[in-house]
Amino acid sequence: MLADKDRIFTNLYGFEPFNLEYAKKRGDWDGTKDIIAKGRDWIIEEMKKSGLRGRGGAGFPTGMKWSFMPKEVNERPHYLVINADESEPGTCKDREIMRHDPHKLIEGALLAAFAMQAHHAFIYIRGEFYHEASELVRAIEEARDAGLLGKNAANSGWDFDITLHRGGGAYICGEETALLESIEGKKGQPRNKPPFPAMAGLYSCPTTINNVETIASVPAILKRGGEWFAGFGNDEKNTGTKLFCISGHVNTPCVVEEEMGIPMKELIDKHAGGIRGGWDNLKAVIPGGSSTPLLPKDICDTVLMDFDSLREVQSGLGTAGLIVMDQSTDIVYAIARLSHFYMHESCGQCTPCREGTGWMWRLMMRLVEGNADIEEIDMLLDVSKEIEGHTICAHGDASAWPIQGLMRHFRDEVEARILEYKKAA
Amino acid sequence: MPKLKINNIEIEVEPGTSILQAAEQLGFEIPRFCYHDRMSVPANCRMCLVELEGAPKPVASCAMAAGEGMVVHTDSERTKKARKGVMEMLLINHPLDCPICDQGGECDLQDQAMAYGFDRSRYHENKRAVKDKNLGPLIKTVMTRCINCTRCVRFGEEIAGVTELGQLNRGEDAEIGTFVQKAVSTELSGNMIDVCPVGALTSKPYAFNARPWELKKTESVDVMDAVGSNIRVDSRGREVLRILPRLNEEVNEEWISDRTRFAYDGLKKNRLDRPYIRDAKTRKLREATWEEALALVAEKMKTFPSEQMAAFAGDLCDAESMLALKDLMNAFDADRLECRVDGAQFDETQRAGYIFNSSIAGIEEADAILMVGTDIRKEAAIINARIRKTWMEKRIPISLIGEKADLNYPCYHAGKTLQDLEKMVKGHVGKVNAQKPMMIVGMGAFLREDGLHVHGMLRDAAEKLGCIKEDWNGFNILHTAASRVAALEMGFVPHMPFEYDEMSFVYLLGVDDGFVLNRLHPDAFVVYQGHHGDAGAARADVILPGAAYTEKNGIYMNTEGRVQRGRKAVDSPGEAREDWKILRALSEVAGHTLRYDDLAQLRERMVNEFPQFDLLDELAVAEWQPFGLNGKVAGDPLRSPVQNFYITNLITKASGTMQQCSETFHSEDAMYAEAAE
Repeated sequence: MLADKDRIFTNLYGFEPFNLEYAKKRGDWDGTKDIIAKGRDWIIEEMKKSGLRGRGGAGFPTGMKWSFMPKEVNERPHYLVINADESEPGTCKDREIMRHDPHKLIEGALLAAFAMQAHHAFIYIRGEFYHEASELVRAIEEARDAGLLGKNAANSGWDFDITLHRGGGAYICGEETALLESIEGKKGQPRNKPPFPAMAGLYSCPTTINNVETIASVPAILKRGGEWFAGFGNDEKNTGTKLFCISGHVNTPCVVEEEMGIPMKELIDKHAGGIRGGWDNLKAVIPGGSSTPLLPKDICDTVLMDFDSLREVQSGLGTAGLIVMDQSTDIVYAIARLSHFYMHESCGQCTPCREGTGWMWRLMMRLVEGNADIEEIDMLLDVSKEIEGHTICAHGDASAWPIQGLMRHFRDEVEARILEYKKAA
Repeated sequence: MPKLKINNIEIEVEPGTSILQAAEQLGFEIPRFCYHDRMSVPANCRMCLVELEGAPKPVASCAMAAGEGMVVHTDSERTKKARKGVMEMLLINHPLDCPICDQGGECDLQDQAMAYGFDRSRYHENKRAVKDKNLGPLIKTVMTRCINCTRCVRFGEEIAGVTELGQLNRGEDAEIGTFVQKAVSTELSGNMIDVCPVGALTSKPYAFNARPWELKKTESVDVMDAVGSNIRVDSRGREVLRILPRLNEEVNEEWISDRTRFAYDGLKKNRLDRPYIRDAKTRKLREATWEEALALVAEKMKTFPSEQMAAFAGDLCDAESMLALKDLMNAFDADRLECRVDGAQFDETQRAGYIFNSSIAGIEEADAILMVGTDIRKEAAIINARIRKTWMEKRIPISLIGEKADLNYPCYHAGKTLQDLEKMVKGHVGKVNAQKPMMIVGMGAFLREDGLHVHGMLRDAAEKLGCIKEDWNGFNILHTAASRVAALEMGFVPHMPFEYDEMSFVYLLGVDDGFVLNRLHPDAFVVYQGHHGDAGAARADVILPGAAYTEKNGIYMNTEGRVQRGRKAVDSPGEAREDWKILRALSEVAGHTLRYDDLAQLRERMVNEFPQFDLLDELAVAEWQPFGLNGKVAGDPLRSPVQNFYITNLITKASGTMQQCSETFHSEDAMYAEAAE
């Protein structure tokens, strides 16, 4: 279990006020100027050393992402965009950071922006996070009043400011390029890549988009050293500490910071008070937010919570939002509900996702009752494959994976339902 | 220059070429719906997915630039599977109502479903239905058929410059619509029908009229303005059923204006289908035979002295008939000819003084544009589209002197009179940074008494503003009449100015303009040769029924001086005849037989005398010579000759579609303008 001294997010539960005074007591804004004095190459090198992988779901190495920005600033300014549109079902970590520890995010933004030579950052916050947005605004204003933002931010010699942008409540705006479109005032629809945002992002300027947790981890990493951060985790590719959000049929749902690669069973038992009715009452866990394929109990018994271990069992760490389901769950309906979510949130741009998500949901609803043929299960999988990988953004993939996961592990149950329905009819 | 391999064939392409374009160069067809080479690339239909070695997923070939060393497969199993999947998705919510769909037979979805789709459906859920939108009198919508390719939206945003259409809602509920319930008010709206790959947007006037395979397709040239848009006339029997654009990169690219596209129903109304003679006693027109009519005209021609005979050529005339008329008049020693029937006064002695010197395609090279006395969007919508295209690419400065116009790009309104131009020239002389500045002068600058002085002043201004360089002529006249440049080229102008009311014999070749008719002497003997019964026919003593532009082979010269051939698509109604034939017949009856018996001979004569007519679809550079007069010009505000885009000539006047458009759009515009004032 992660020791308290190694926690990055020390006010995750809001036991102390979020404001600057207390944030400073917790170590924020300490020596920011000195870090910047070490130069951007040092910062990027340190980030690479830390092995930090993006905390938004895809897990792309952060240091490497930053190094994709042009080395020189040409006529177009550089921008940092922070993705705070946390909408993935089962995920609620960024929210805790923003409402209880916003100065970590603001300080991280300054450091990251300096590293990529940006003078301006945009935080795109989920529209529904009203409370968080107002706390964040207060924190930004506090920082500005204290000279930590604005001209010569924190006496570092670097001019830097932050604009907070509230979203309109669309899940797809959490996709990085749709988010950029949304900031630009357009309809939130993902863009084609290439060009990648590091070349032409916000207003066609070089842009890096990072998750809230990623940026908020930056000050601690730079203060304590990349090697300290890399010291946690299973191997050099899955390092550091990570916020896990545990919800569903557990006794004490929570958000908790833990070491990367902690066994799932340990995580649930230690922090979430165990499964309702004991571990044996577990049916399945969706390990990383709603888009990752679910895992049945036998895999959950042993699997480690990190990017590569979960990939090996054909799922993913995603946002580390665990949705725990015990034996009382109608697993088919649960997945059908997710299908509905993905249908409802599809932006409607690409054909396979626009048309296919509705098809899958309708089929899933028939499977919930059992009103289908066995062959239709294969057809459903085939349809999901027609969507997966054929769309501009990953929303198509995200809509396909939960269904593929269900059929991979609970096909018997679906088939049994069909047979039962046929018998009754 | 990146080198890549497509289906094991190596190809080197220009940097920035997409995989789809590279494959096309090699002759590999890649299916697509949303991709259109004149618009931005959204890559949303996903039909053009191909396998790219090394990429984890198939890539959209329309959006992926060809890169060095890429290995692409456009017909591999993976590619085929991806395409089949996308095709299935496109069809699950498509109504499959091809038998009652107007797009049937020329539908991209239909064709590609045949080539790349399954032969049966696996979709057993309910299909989605989408409410139809009212987009005005031209575009019919069946939105359930829409595949959300957004071509129409992009056409509106990028080419027509209207943001009325958009994709509303998201996911399954996404639909194309107007943000507020409103007709699509662009003069190019018909092109949305063409770009729509399915039957969601179809032509309202053409609805349920024909199937494409029943139609005779005739490649021709438009006469609704002086642009000379290339068109295809689709006809069945003796009826023109629709008009479509034809590709010509130099002129109209692949667009045509709504006036060009939808005015054809005017060809069926108010037609002159037999000769008429005004009865000497009753003063009423009565039906007559050709023999009677021609004999009467011939007799009158012999009666009057040649200095009392005049001929006028209207806006829609072909070059052949104007030449025949000129030859006929000259045979009688009459040289009072005039083609500027709108009253425009300008110096016609120098070619460079009356054509669009920079050429239409040349607009794309311009880096600053000044327009004088023109509302170009109404006068030449297609040229305006080219200006907008240039502005979209380069954001060039554009200004206008004259009546304020509602243009679809930012335009600085620098004043209303020529004195404002003088001021501008004074302020800018020697200070123009633009390398290729361009001046576009509309007929509005010449519709006045002192037109010749205006012409001289404009010439001076063009020189002072740096429009004239060794390799660049930025002085451009924008005509509004399709016949005008050809008429000027063959000298259909008077040698000496003459008073219209002193003429005893007047030959009107399709002239209905009040400027001429109101000036004629009440006792003058007037012959009207034309295809529509209107003011000219009402004034006439003899009416000779001619052919409209779809009913004859004819040569037209557009405002650039480009020679193009119109072709006969259908027969003229009743006893109407091709115009040059009428004049040839008349010449025989009048005893001065013209020396050509068929069109080929007539054209030979034309080319012999005016070799410029031999340069089919080519542009000759006109030499920059002095023209116009020096002196003061009056301070009257300039006024555009076209106030209502939809009604500009007899055909549009007779067209019900154009009337409807005028009511929907023009009166709306006028209402807004009033409200704004």
